[in-house]
Amino acid sequence: MTLRLDDPHNAQGHPEHSRGVSVDTPQATTRVELDYSGGERLTMNMGPQHPSAHGVFRAILTLEGETVVAVDAVIGYLHRCHEKLSETLTYAQYPSIASKTDYVAAMTSEFAYVMAAEAIGKIEVPKRAQYLRVICSELQRIASHLLWLGTWCMDMGGALGGGATIFLYAIREREAILDLFESLVGARLLYGFFQVGGTRYDIPAGWADQCRKTIADIDSRIGEYEGLLEDNPFFQARAQGVGYISRELAEDVGIAGPLLRGSGVNFDLRRSAPYSSYEDFTFTVPVETAGDCFARYRVRMVEFRESIKIIRQALDKLPDGPISSRPGLKSVAQIRIPKGEAYSRVEGPRGEVGCYLIADGSAKPYRMKWRGASFSNLSVLPHIIPGHKVADVVAIMGSVDPVFGEVDR
Amino acid sequence: MTHEQAKTSIGERFGGAQVESAFAGATADKPGSAEATAGKGVALTVTVPVDQWTAFARFAKDTLGCRFFSFSTAVDWKEQGLEVVAKVDNVDTGLSILMKSKLGPGVSECQSLVPVFRGADWMERECYDMFGIRFDGHPDLRRILLGDDWVGHPLLKSYAVDTPHPPYR
Repeated sequence: MTLRLDDPHNAQGHPEHSRGVSVDTPQATTRVELDYSGGERLTMNMGPQHPSAHGVFRAILTLEGETVVAVDAVIGYLHRCHEKLSETLTYAQYPSIASKTDYVAAMTSEFAYVMAAEAIGKIEVPKRAQYLRVICSELQRIASHLLWLGTWCMDMGGALGGGATIFLYAIREREAILDLFESLVGARLLYGFFQVGGTRYDIPAGWADQCRKTIADIDSRIGEYEGLLEDNPFFQARAQGVGYISRELAEDVGIAGPLLRGSGVNFDLRRSAPYSSYEDFTFTVPVETAGDCFARYRVRMVEFRESIKIIRQALDKLPDGPISSRPGLKSVAQIRIPKGEAYSRVEGPRGEVGCYLIADGSAKPYRMKWRGASFSNLSVLPHIIPGHKVADVVAIMGSVDPVFGEVDR
Repeated sequence: MTHEQAKTSIGERFGGAQVESAFAGATADKPGSAEATAGKGVALTVTVPVDQWTAFARFAKDTLGCRFFSFSTAVDWKEQGLEVVAKVDNVDTGLSILMKSKLGPGVSECQSLVPVFRGADWMERECYDMFGIRFDGHPDLRRILLGDDWVGHPLLKSYAVDTPHPPYR
């Protein structure tokens, strides 16, 4: 059969030949009107491999026009059941696995676990180890916030003049901190620096000077990055007034860290429930009342400088002495924690990282519950996204700073 | 509100509740000592009868000012059955309450905290996913971390770590 492109009957049977399809054909009547007037809803799938998802996160958005009216968040793609796994690993083995929950802030994840074990076992931690823990946690906070700053600004890409500008600067600074961790531990992302009773390594010669130099560099540049962003009207427009979280909602859902402090709640565990000698240091806890993306951004920018302050004080006052109260291990099952339970919590870069541990007297926990800060923070999304445009979803997601290793555990 | 005031207040309203003093880990460097937390608020462990689970959460939120929902989970005590655990904080005074309730052997039903704390939504979904506890009053109780077709509830002690599961399709 000869196909005649100018014959409408032929064209109807071969829709790929668009040339022959006239707008009067039956298929054409279902086309979407461009001047949308509401009423019809569209379901849009975002993720799980969306570049702005900061991991594997799927949001099923229900749209009216360009406005989101409902969100169904689908998580669990990175689930490894850390809680079951921890019941099969000893107190010596698990800390380095704990770092794989929040892999962007591995130091604070390990911290919560060893603190819980120490609380039940009433294990003293030497002062030097407490200070080393503080130094590493604060360096980790800076590194984590840098990654957040870079990726969030890249998410809002085009509006910031090329997108990757801030990202590359932030990654450059983060590299310097990862170099410090590498010379301390030998690893750049997942450390195994903490152990029950202290830390595993002491700082090598020259490390303190290198650390001072690195934080001085970052300190001198943070202001430039702020200027780069806050002088940009597009950045202001995309961050201010977007993703508002009220104080009431923040507490009700249990979001923590910069999100909670961005909603006007003055709650920082380093101040409210000091651990590991945080009471020895002077620092301010930034609180913003606006509750939008910009408020959360401001809180984190101030936290950079406060962390730098804490590190300087800790390096100045670093006491001499042992780094662990526990002798070296001959077997992984050597640490036995008496019967009991504890909930320990540390202020991670994303907020309260908690570990609820029940010990039964053996070398392994009976039950471990991980309170991932990102899990609680992310669960606020269905409450705040509806009413925003699709483009704002990306800005809000980024301002929440979820790490999916910690959400899915 | 001091340690004693909170204890008295709970005792007056909930006669069946057992109140213990500070739980270990409230401040980790001085484990378990009530004095350590005195200046910074107090931590209490409260065990309530299962039928007062939601009522106690409401009381903690409205009367004790514990509006911050930290987490909720469960523990499988094998033949003694499941126990639900939740933690709420008063961020202004530092009062922390770890609330617990035993469901009893063979029981896997519990009142939901979602009407009191919106944060319980995902936490209870996870709890259902991992322990099979059905929360009465939860608006959207379905699996959250595991796939919808997963068989069993992995954090139960009866679920072996090496339980085989069909390959992912």
